[in-house]
Amino acid sequence: MARFRTTGDAGWGRTAAAAVVSLIYFFPVLWIILTAFKTRADALAVPAKFFFVPTLDNFVRVFSRAGVGSDQEFSTGFDLFFFNSIFIAGSSVILALIIGTLAAYGFSRHPLRGNDTYLFIILTTRMLPPIVVIIPIFLMFRVTGLSGTYIGIIMLYTAFNLPFAIWMIKSFFDELNREVEDAARLDGSTEPRVFRLICLPQVKAGLAATAVFALILTWNEFLFALLLTGTETRTVPVAMARTIGGEIGVDWGLLAAIVCLFLIPVFVVTYALQNQLLRGVTFGTVRR
Amino acid sequence: MAATDTTAERGGAPAARGFNPVAWALAPERRGGLLVAPAIITLFVMNIFPLMWSLGLSFFNYRANRLTVPDFVWFRNFERVLTDDDVWERFQTTAIVVGSSVALQLVIGFALALLFAKSFPGRRILLMLVLTPMMLSFVAVGVFFKLFYEPTFGLVSQAVAIFTGEPFVVLSTPTGALIGIIVADAWMWSPFVMLLVLAGLVSVPKYLYEAAEIDRANWWRRFRTITFPYIKGLLLLAVLFRTIETFKLFDIVYLITQGGPGSSTETIAVYVYRMAFQYFRTSQASALAYIVLFVVIVLTSLYLYAVRRTSEAR
Repeated sequence: MARFRTTGDAGWGRTAAAAVVSLIYFFPVLWIILTAFKTRADALAVPAKFFFVPTLDNFVRVFSRAGVGSDQEFSTGFDLFFFNSIFIAGSSVILALIIGTLAAYGFSRHPLRGNDTYLFIILTTRMLPPIVVIIPIFLMFRVTGLSGTYIGIIMLYTAFNLPFAIWMIKSFFDELNREVEDAARLDGSTEPRVFRLICLPQVKAGLAATAVFALILTWNEFLFALLLTGTETRTVPVAMARTIGGEIGVDWGLLAAIVCLFLIPVFVVTYALQNQLLRGVTFGTVRR
Repeated sequence: MAATDTTAERGGAPAARGFNPVAWALAPERRGGLLVAPAIITLFVMNIFPLMWSLGLSFFNYRANRLTVPDFVWFRNFERVLTDDDVWERFQTTAIVVGSSVALQLVIGFALALLFAKSFPGRRILLMLVLTPMMLSFVAVGVFFKLFYEPTFGLVSQAVAIFTGEPFVVLSTPTGALIGIIVADAWMWSPFVMLLVLAGLVSVPKYLYEAAEIDRANWWRRFRTITFPYIKGLLLLAVLFRTIETFKLFDIVYLITQGGPGSSTETIAVYVYRMAFQYFRTSQASALAYIVLFVVIVLTSLYLYAVRRTSEAR
């Protein structure tokens, strides 16, 4: 992967400034990470403690903790919620990627009449506020009994990821050098072969970037999951939101530990995909 | 594929050996349609059809928690929603949040981009730290800022208490809560603006700066005549994109303030949610959602227009 381009080398002054600013900017995340390693008393301390004896207790309690008034350990259900998040995001992204790659190839290489209109409508379905579609989808799921099932939420997330996948992957197909394909066609290659043996291998990295990006978007999604998952299919964001609200005293150490576990994939992706982020966040409309 | 092609040349009409539906469907002129069909079907079922349903709903007086047969009421829902002072108040709140947050994102994003435009050791790691907020879940951001704004041991409250000596509760006043929301949103999305500006900054040809050096152009002149023309297209994209997204702001508000105190931080998206799932005014919520949709479609068209112009200018 090529390095992010720059306009030259920075002096030590700018380097120091960038380091300081980055750390300040990152501070809210850092503070949560610190809180996750604090005991309950340390987390609530006034004035706030920056130095303390770290404990892993919160992370253990994410998955199982002692019940009130007894020593019996009970499960918090978070192992299930993490599984749900991974399973639901994983399946919907795979589906969206398969359907999206075909469509992107179609839009890029075999334009339909009104190609741009289709693409515009597809982008609009993604730009539109989730709140607009959620009302009928909620009713639709209630009628069909899809509410609270894996199939329902996976179908919905597939549709949620599809516009993104199509625009992203199309932007990769559009960039390919067509001369190779045309040469293959002249030599009598059939269209499926051109797609499978020439185009697809060239956009492999792009597909990977799209997949990972869609994974994070789905992993983070909240509103659909809030309204359409049940106790058995609940994802981590919904479970986290329930931990904040409701109870009178929020157990901040515990909540911070959940957030930390939830953030690990996000860090990995942000680091690994740095050069594709721009394209990702703009749905492939800005490339460079 | 040769057989397919000949069938297609006959226009798909039943030939001597009979009509072959598979060959008809696979004909080259239908290839584009065939490739995009699964995507269109999925989007139709999960997006377009629900949209048509809610358009239908918006013309009835349907309530999701009642069993009475809904009446057809023409445009009365739209009428009621558009003449409702509450709705306009929510639009106003949304406009304030969008305006201030996007402005803040532009300033911070720009400053960050200037810092990161040059290469230095550890740049990749630091860039990751700065870019992380953008990749976070709204729920995680909500948790961060709820912890910061916590009345007794939250860092913001503690910091203010040092100067005033009194406990400070950020979210207790309408202005405080609004600022709290704006700061959280701006923190999360400034890296987005930074990414776009950075892309613009690194695309400026170096020889222009060298020429300016020879002409002894000052900093402001260099910025205005060289840098700005290269980034203005991307800047416009950033503003439009962030405006669309902030206009839909739901999760952060829902998690940090629930729209309170009172209704001071209730954005239009939160209001639609309340209307639909708490007050069960399903039809009115659909009508309002359609008005929101209309605004988003206009903004999206503008965005795509800007994208096209930016890529042509390059």
